[in-house]
Amino acid sequence: MRRSPPQRLADYLPIAFPAGMLGLFFVIPFGIMVAISVFKRVQGGFYEPSFTLANYARFLTPFFGEVLSFSLGLAALVSALCLLIGVPFTYMLTRLGRRAQVFWLIALLGVLSLSEVIIGFAWSTLLSRTAGLSNLFVWLGLMEKPEAWAPGLGAVLTGLVYQAFPYTVLVLYPAFSRLDPSLMEAARTLGCSPRRAFLNVVLPVMRKTLLATFIIVFIFALGAYLLPQILGRPQHWTLSVLVTDQAIYQSNMPFAAAMAVFLVIASLLLVGLSVLISGRKGIGEQ
Amino acid sequence: MSKAAGRLFFACVALFLALPVIVVAGVALNAKKTLAFPPQGLSADWYLSVLTDPAWRSALTNSVMVALAASTISVAIALPLSWFLWRRVAPWARLVQMIGFSPFVLPPVITALGALSFWATTGFYGQVWTVVISHGIFFVSLPLVTITLGFATIDREIIEAGMTMGADDKTLMKTVIFPLIRPFVISGFAFAFVLSLNEYIVAYMTVGFTLETIPIKVFNALRYGYTPTMAAVSVFFVLIAVLVFGTVARFGDLPKLMGAWSKGE
Repeated sequence: MRRSPPQRLADYLPIAFPAGMLGLFFVIPFGIMVAISVFKRVQGGFYEPSFTLANYARFLTPFFGEVLSFSLGLAALVSALCLLIGVPFTYMLTRLGRRAQVFWLIALLGVLSLSEVIIGFAWSTLLSRTAGLSNLFVWLGLMEKPEAWAPGLGAVLTGLVYQAFPYTVLVLYPAFSRLDPSLMEAARTLGCSPRRAFLNVVLPVMRKTLLATFIIVFIFALGAYLLPQILGRPQHWTLSVLVTDQAIYQSNMPFAAAMAVFLVIASLLLVGLSVLISGRKGIGEQ
Repeated sequence: MSKAAGRLFFACVALFLALPVIVVAGVALNAKKTLAFPPQGLSADWYLSVLTDPAWRSALTNSVMVALAASTISVAIALPLSWFLWRRVAPWARLVQMIGFSPFVLPPVITALGALSFWATTGFYGQVWTVVISHGIFFVSLPLVTITLGFATIDREIIEAGMTMGADDKTLMKTVIFPLIRPFVISGFAFAFVLSLNEYIVAYMTVGFTLETIPIKVFNALRYGYTPTMAAVSVFFVLIAVLVFGTVARFGDLPKLMGAWSKGE
């Protein structure tokens, strides 16, 4: 069958509904949000139409700088940890039998789809003094008395890695399962140990994929809004938490909107970068 | 890595992923209203309370209804869109597709704030149906991915054969195309359904003060008083996810859906 350009008006009918829905309920809301970001805040939780850059000017305060640098640093750390575990894991996963792969995919999708609320609650229980892991260590004789590990930076990091790890594996999965197996065979025939072949052949071949995945997971981690609240203290709040806080609790929609616009621009630049990187594939990648 | 080390590595990852679920499942077994682990005294009451307690049961019903309606909207948007992209040459339609993907790529708080701004401006803020539409838009990307993949697997020669025999687009859709892409439509629906069930921020920013879904109720319980019921309901949600994805795997090709080459390609 040849694809043909739409000719009659009726040919456009199928796309009218999707385009209309996305336009009305995504593009327009987005436009309204951008508009609000330059509105003036009025005491009492409302805002009035005007054009002011005052909301954007607040980005220059040290407070915003701290939240921003913390968010970026945390997202980078989470992404790096996820790749560190996820890359060897995904590589080995794609070499398992079909049934085992299906089992792992179901488990990973199950964890990935879990609400941030539930993940936060589960880890806060697991890291608490009364029900947590530290009790197990006391029982094993490794610690003297149980300790609370949440809230804290370690707890935030653990929760975020837990949430982003399945995402990382699922992003890496297609590339690894399409990796040309003859590359590995050649390396093995030439006398490489499996470990050396992985480090010296597989990783260099996949470097563009890895870099693109780092960026994608970075954006994903940047979007976490509940885990820093549930597992951390206010100094561990990220930009996403701040947006929610300003919009709902401080009733400062214009400032929240301005920060959201900032997040959009930052994310889009990063997405563009990852597309640019993975657009040119390395040898061995199909 | 040697075989034993590989097994150990997989076991550690499995433990890391399962540990929170195990502890939460255990906490919900406590006899008294405490979140102790290991549980003190065993009782299934907290598990039953998800269904017997009117507040939790109504939150569960709300979540399921919203998720069913929202994933229907997602599929209703994604199906004609992917069909159009497959059938027609229209470069501008790619733009519509990109807009469909964007809520999933951007941090969720952006979609949530956009929805809040929109519903507040139009005066519908707090109406129960607003979350259905916003979720429907938010999760369009999932059926869009699976259904686009479904169309890509159709051999265009089969369609050619149908056309030669005089079938029009409508007949082709009914007798050939839809049966071929059905598993992809169902899995797209399933993904959107499970994610909508678990979604917090968009729901909170649209109907946070008028409708209690399970994630909203769990979050409120986290702030204003823990109860083992929230642990029990979390276990239910894990089971629902595993059940849905298990079904998708049973009737479809999960590795292929996730982007692996299928055998023989």
